[in-house]
Amino acid sequence: MALYSEKVMDHFTNPRNVGVIENASGVGEVGNAKCGDIMKIYLQIENEIIVDVKFETFGYGSAIASSSMATEMIKGKSIHEAMALTNKAVAEALDGLPAHKLHCSVLAEEAIKNALKDYFDKNNIPYDHEQFKETDHDDLHAQVHGE
Amino acid sequence: MQVYADNAATTRMSQVAVDAMMPYFTNVYGNPSSLHSAGQEAKEALEDARARVAKCLGCEPREIYFTSGGSEADNQAIISAARFGARKGKKHIISTAFEHHAVLHTLNKLEKEGFEVTLLDVSQGHNITAQQVREAIRPDTCLVTTMYANNEIGSVLPIAEIGAVCKAAGVPFHTDAVQAVGHIHIDVKAQNIDMLSLSAHKFHGPKGVGALYCRRGLPLTNVIEGGAQERGKRAGTENLPGIMGMVAALEDAVAHLDENMARVTALRDKLIAGLSQVPHSALNGDPVNRLPGNVSFCFEGIEGESLLLLLDMKGVQASSGSACTSGSLDPSHVLLAIGRVHDVAHGSLRLSLSEYNTEEEVDHILEVVPQVVSYLRNISPVWRDLQTGKRTYIL
Repeated sequence: MALYSEKVMDHFTNPRNVGVIENASGVGEVGNAKCGDIMKIYLQIENEIIVDVKFETFGYGSAIASSSMATEMIKGKSIHEAMALTNKAVAEALDGLPAHKLHCSVLAEEAIKNALKDYFDKNNIPYDHEQFKETDHDDLHAQVHGE
Repeated sequence: MQVYADNAATTRMSQVAVDAMMPYFTNVYGNPSSLHSAGQEAKEALEDARARVAKCLGCEPREIYFTSGGSEADNQAIISAARFGARKGKKHIISTAFEHHAVLHTLNKLEKEGFEVTLLDVSQGHNITAQQVREAIRPDTCLVTTMYANNEIGSVLPIAEIGAVCKAAGVPFHTDAVQAVGHIHIDVKAQNIDMLSLSAHKFHGPKGVGALYCRRGLPLTNVIEGGAQERGKRAGTENLPGIMGMVAALEDAVAHLDENMARVTALRDKLIAGLSQVPHSALNGDPVNRLPGNVSFCFEGIEGESLLLLLDMKGVQASSGSACTSGSLDPSHVLLAIGRVHDVAHGSLRLSLSEYNTEEEVDHILEVVPQVVSYLRNISPVWRDLQTGKRTYIL
């Protein structure tokens, strides 16, 4: 049995939206090298629409695939739609992730939210801080891996 | 091209080993404990196998105990020495920081029972010295247990010197030789080894079978209780087909040891030389005293699991000491023990070769590994930070 679904392998080996946006409207980075995964998302926002999105990821195949899928899911969408993206939706769009790799989809959701927060901060747009609670990644990682 | 380069995990069985097993499934299938002729025929084969394994290791047949593999042999050796030591009030054990979990977890269990364990530092030269062992020995030391060769990074330990130190101090010496048997020269008497663990599937034998060598005079404690098999020290009907496959594989390996070592070492050195060209990479393990087939590298800026998956898609089957290949938070304890920090240890790759690998396969590996490393670096934010000076290179 393969470790990952065909969709995960597709997005891992042919990731969409890889790269950097210079002078992006918002940049979000989550994770740390200790855990073994770091995700960075760049957003280009015009009139509340995400006109472009790029990512860079250091991590598992599932982390790269989650970033790729998540960027596809928010490209061309409004910032409000992007705010509503959940890790569950990312994992489902990938036809599921193994239980111990689910945190990769959590990283994708949080990287996007961080990038949006950066955009709000840069433009003095008020927002509800409750929406941006960050997970302790060491803790999350330990939880899913049953340290 | 499909290249199997994970021979430290397990090996393809040799044809001689497969052929040696076959008669023991359907012809000689008696239970060696049975009194009838079918049982006695099996018993004869079993004892013949024991003598042949003993000959390969340089010991007596009665010093060989068949087990289910390396882990069981490690468990039994360590627990036996601990029980024996405890009876004399000795509850200190010396080992190394980069042992296999079969050893480390057994030691953890003993620590909970009140034993004290000293794990020797392996960060200098990715190896230990006999001097370190000598300095760690105390009056209450009941066992020194060090691996013969490390499974992840390939360092070969100075076993004969450690054996001499232990003999002089009167401390039993066990070695987990799972990665070494069939790959390098071993003579338990000449090297003063008191106990040695081996596993058949690491030298082209079958899985699920191994052996423990235990010097006469050292009392063994049962790990598996039951019948009187293996001189009462290991219960359970013997895995005769497995044992016959193991001995055939072992004799084959020992008979061709020098030529295999020369061939595999040449392939290894070509791989090491080639991969050393990848910028910001480092060889793990002792560069000189090294298993013939082991190549272990860390590549900065990338993560091991994605590296392995992409290599697999390009036909190269390898392994990594990265986190989560083992299902734990940290990268391998071996890489951390030799001083690789987390950031770098995550990007590790182990290629382990056997005599079945060819130069064409090595060329293929040397073509695809740099491609995949470079691909992953190009999508890695860590690599970008390294290149733009936001992070400092470690390698």
